[in-house]
Amino acid sequence: MNVLSIANLSIDYVGAESVFHAVKDVSFNIAPGEFFGLAGESGCGKSTIAFAISRLHRPPALIRTGSKILVDGRDVLELDDAELRSFRWREVAMVFQSAMNSLNPVLTIEAQFYDVLNTHLGLSRVQAKARAAELLRLVDISPDRLSAYPHQCSGGMRQRIVIAICLALNPKLLIMDEPTTALDVVVQREILQRIDTLRKELGFSVLFITHDLGLMVQVSDRIGIMLEGELVEVNDAQTIYRAPSHDYTKRLWASMPRLHGTPIRQEPAS
Amino acid sequence: MTAPAPVLALDNVSKVFGSKDKPVYAARSVSLALYPGRTLALVGESGSGKTTAARLIMREYRPDQGQLLFRGAPVGDGSLKAYRAAVQMVFQDPFSALNPAHTVRYHLERPLRLHQPDLGATARQAAVAELLERVKLDPALIAAKYPHELSGGQRQRISIARALAVNPAVIVADEPTSMLDVSVRLGILNLLNDMKSQLGLALLYITHDIATARYVAEDIMVMYAGQIVEWGDMDSVLGNPQHPYTRLLLSAVPDPDRRFGEGRPDDELSRIDVIRRQTALPQPEVRTIAANHFIRPMPA
Repeated sequence: MNVLSIANLSIDYVGAESVFHAVKDVSFNIAPGEFFGLAGESGCGKSTIAFAISRLHRPPALIRTGSKILVDGRDVLELDDAELRSFRWREVAMVFQSAMNSLNPVLTIEAQFYDVLNTHLGLSRVQAKARAAELLRLVDISPDRLSAYPHQCSGGMRQRIVIAICLALNPKLLIMDEPTTALDVVVQREILQRIDTLRKELGFSVLFITHDLGLMVQVSDRIGIMLEGELVEVNDAQTIYRAPSHDYTKRLWASMPRLHGTPIRQEPAS
Repeated sequence: MTAPAPVLALDNVSKVFGSKDKPVYAARSVSLALYPGRTLALVGESGSGKTTAARLIMREYRPDQGQLLFRGAPVGDGSLKAYRAAVQMVFQDPFSALNPAHTVRYHLERPLRLHQPDLGATARQAAVAELLERVKLDPALIAAKYPHELSGGQRQRISIARALAVNPAVIVADEPTSMLDVSVRLGILNLLNDMKSQLGLALLYITHDIATARYVAEDIMVMYAGQIVEWGDMDSVLGNPQHPYTRLLLSAVPDPDRRFGEGRPDDELSRIDVIRRQTALPQPEVRTIAANHFIRPMPA
């Protein structure tokens, strides 16, 4: 069974005078352990989809009837508030864009782990500390850091801490919305390599959202390309790279500066 | 044929922060030169000292050692007004670089008022229109708008137009495209390229993204821990990188070709801690690799 199955998803932003169709009849699946990339420009609807999966979308965003979002076979759109609370984080965890700023600046790292581990699993302080140390080691951070405050850690470290907190409840699906956009290339590479190793060890699936197609092709198994709310092409990473079929995908590639080969000189994709 | 003279140079400049017993070298013996009609890319990761170098050039910091030279003469402590007009900056964040309370026209007229006070109102309006056209924006549509009505790419074009308003000789662009969408990035890079070739500007392009550096610059300098560790001709440095840190940076760049077979291997990533630690050590020795390609060898 697919970890995530999205069928005929349509999301509108309803305004007083007009309705903006942000997501138009999008369908795709993510298999267990799969690293799925969703690429597209700002405003194409990719983040709207990410928020809808954990029902974090808020008015004026409206999911149209007929849309289906199944996580592990369960219809997310049917969950009541109590079900939703236990579903978020435990089933689907989300790393936000500039997640490094989503840590609470006045709490130690340890306290932020305790919050999650105590609320969802009822762990005591001592148990939570042991589990938190274990989780930090997963992302290559020394457990000494548990007593640190966020501002004492670098941006890359904070991002890894957020990822560790996301993995605290062994979610089935990790959604990462532009998780490394604010970081430099070396740190970005280290973090994505770590995620790749972890999903193979722990078996979770990843929905990776970015506008950086080069980065996406390097880490994803399959990729979906979005244009103005529509999913215009879905294929395995190699095909998206070597033999893209949609004209928009081709133009996206044409607008990417490359490390080798003839330097391109074209006008951008849109 | 004599070599062209650099318009701007840092000559053996150091900048130290921190305390006497725990000095942190944000720039260690940095020398660089900018030439008319050429772009130098300064690349390195966060914290490597790139922005410190930019601030030294902008004269926001004074060097602790060494000199800032403009057209061969040291930039002194007197009036910097002429220097500030000659050396302009384009910032990373297009959203905070413009004042949200003012229109595009105000942003472009202000430098004209300050630096060309004799210009009449009509001439100033014409100059604003010309600046907008130069950055490929329609004056009729854009001049009266406020920053929040513009996209990130359009705002970055306004920043560039503002820099051009005072007819600078040098533009320092600090990560000008890192906050823009991939599809918008190329337009801005093309614009920088055009400015360089049409106006004969000297450009310093600061980035952590080597792929875009290759796109705009003829020369490259790789910086780590305040030191320039490898520099020279772009094709030579990227085609034949000699410093392990340069190779590490290259390995970190997303490169689909590496995954599917033909790209360069990324062995350096497994030695990342060693490479960083060793590259951070002071290294006065310079080794010549080719006519225009040098490294400071990583201490063993």
